[in-house]
Amino acid sequence: MSAVPEHPGAEAIAEKGWLAAHKWLILRRISQIGILFLFLVGPWFKLWIVKGNLNYSYTLDFLPLTDPYLLLQSLLTGQAPEKLALIGVAIVVLFYLLVGGRTYCSFVCPVNLVTDFANWLRARLGIKGSAHLSRTTRYWVLGMTLVAAAVSGTVVWEMVNPVSMLHRGLFFGLGIAWAVILAVFLFDLFVMRHGWCGHLCPVGAFYSLIGKLSVLRVKLPQREACNDCMDCFAVCPEQQVIRPALKGIGGTPPVILEENCTNCGRCIDVCSKEVFVFGSRFSSPGK
Amino acid sequence: MDNDSKSKGSGRGNARRQFLADTARMACGVGLLGLGLGLYARHATALPPAAIRPPGALPETEFSGACIRCGMCVRDCPYDILHLAKPEEPMSTGTPYFVARQAPCEMCEDIPCVKACPTGALDHSLTDINKSRMGLAVLVDEETCLNFLGLRCDICYRICPVIDKAITLEPQINARTGKHTLFIPVVHSDACTGCGKCEKACPTEIAAIKVFPLYMAKGQLSAHYRLGWVEKEKAGGSLVAPDVEHQYNLPEGLKYDLGGKGLYSAPPGEAPAVPGTPPGTSGTTGGLPQALQGDKL
Repeated sequence: MSAVPEHPGAEAIAEKGWLAAHKWLILRRISQIGILFLFLVGPWFKLWIVKGNLNYSYTLDFLPLTDPYLLLQSLLTGQAPEKLALIGVAIVVLFYLLVGGRTYCSFVCPVNLVTDFANWLRARLGIKGSAHLSRTTRYWVLGMTLVAAAVSGTVVWEMVNPVSMLHRGLFFGLGIAWAVILAVFLFDLFVMRHGWCGHLCPVGAFYSLIGKLSVLRVKLPQREACNDCMDCFAVCPEQQVIRPALKGIGGTPPVILEENCTNCGRCIDVCSKEVFVFGSRFSSPGK
Repeated sequence: MDNDSKSKGSGRGNARRQFLADTARMACGVGLLGLGLGLYARHATALPPAAIRPPGALPETEFSGACIRCGMCVRDCPYDILHLAKPEEPMSTGTPYFVARQAPCEMCEDIPCVKACPTGALDHSLTDINKSRMGLAVLVDEETCLNFLGLRCDICYRICPVIDKAITLEPQINARTGKHTLFIPVVHSDACTGCGKCEKACPTEIAAIKVFPLYMAKGQLSAHYRLGWVEKEKAGGSLVAPDVEHQYNLPEGLKYDLGGKGLYSAPPGEAPAVPGTPPGTSGTTGGLPQALQGDKL
């Protein structure tokens, strides 16, 4: 690993201005907090725009949204959903097929706020070193949760899932879930960089499978302009996805087709050479 | 080192070996995690007795697979009685329940919680709330139930939404006073919905009547059991030969009327059928032993 820049994005801020160098980060935070807020105005002000939680929600008594991963586990236990849940799962799968599977992770999931904070603090405190674990571990965990659901007849993963535990907890009562979230935070801070979201979480792993086929991608029409400053590499939560497309390894086209790219857009922000843009995987590489 | 000498040009073999080792390690690690999770789930999915599921909930084992922990039932309950289990509570995290003693089910006729459920966890075929079986009320403590103590509390009976069907008051003699009546509340499982209103309303410090999940509250006869009186009714008559009339071996001239006047001396004309009546004994009360003569027995 070559030298990781001390202040990734400094050059971009100088070139493009602070706002442009934080555009997607700000939009992402607005999205994450906005979604939480939409869910929270219900219990806070009795203003029921959205009911439910990320597992299943019903917006304005009109729009059902169902988490496909959870519904799959429920199906594996031998139980069938009702019509609204099926409509909801179709909408969600289609949506993420368009915008990218793991866009869920970067724009919706509340745990991302926690792990991003851990990662930010990790850099701030200069904590080096990180336990090594293969990034494919999450797929093993994903498989294990599916097998466990089928064998036990209960949605086992939901007993410990920090994602739904946090999201549900915020609107229905957190209980001891704060300790689970704290554990994830400390794990990411001290034990493993991008440990939870990048290595272990089966929810993200599931969405990445949808992301294999999704349309919206980070593209690199100007990859020749790259000056190897490593800023993108420093901010990317899934660093392994950048290199093939950036360097054209093995003739890789200038588009990040890796399923684990979360479409967070941070690389677009921090690149002073404007190498990265969002685009469709189908459009010509020129634009 | 040994490897190196053997596998000159077989980097592929090394890679394969590495791959197998990595795979095995991952499978074991994650498998262990899964085992732990499974064991934890075993302990944590048993429903505690104070937690009652919403109307129409599937049996517990199926419910924990069908429920997607979304809380729609909680949101659509107009009386806000439902909670989602927190991680530290001893049941499946995120599943809905209510505690009857805190807030019982109000038995809405349109059952909004069931309608809100996006899966089959709350059975959508339940349309009559009186047919729901959330649990079963059990009069758990006869020592503190005020009606058992001889008072006319009757609160559980009166508050019951299925009054006179789910709970009835059965009169019994108060053996303590000898002259009063106990009105014993009796729960009938064919009508009790398990809403928990009786438990909530019970005025004692700790409720004497409680709602339990059905698996705790209800017994079951063995399959081969038959209730004689039911079978008799079905068959339209006794299924066994009628009892032979009982013959009392009494002294001459005496009769016994079970449940009627008891022991009495038969008037002479009444017992002609008794064979071999010794002479001189057929009189009014002549045959009665001395001690039994008169009114006092």
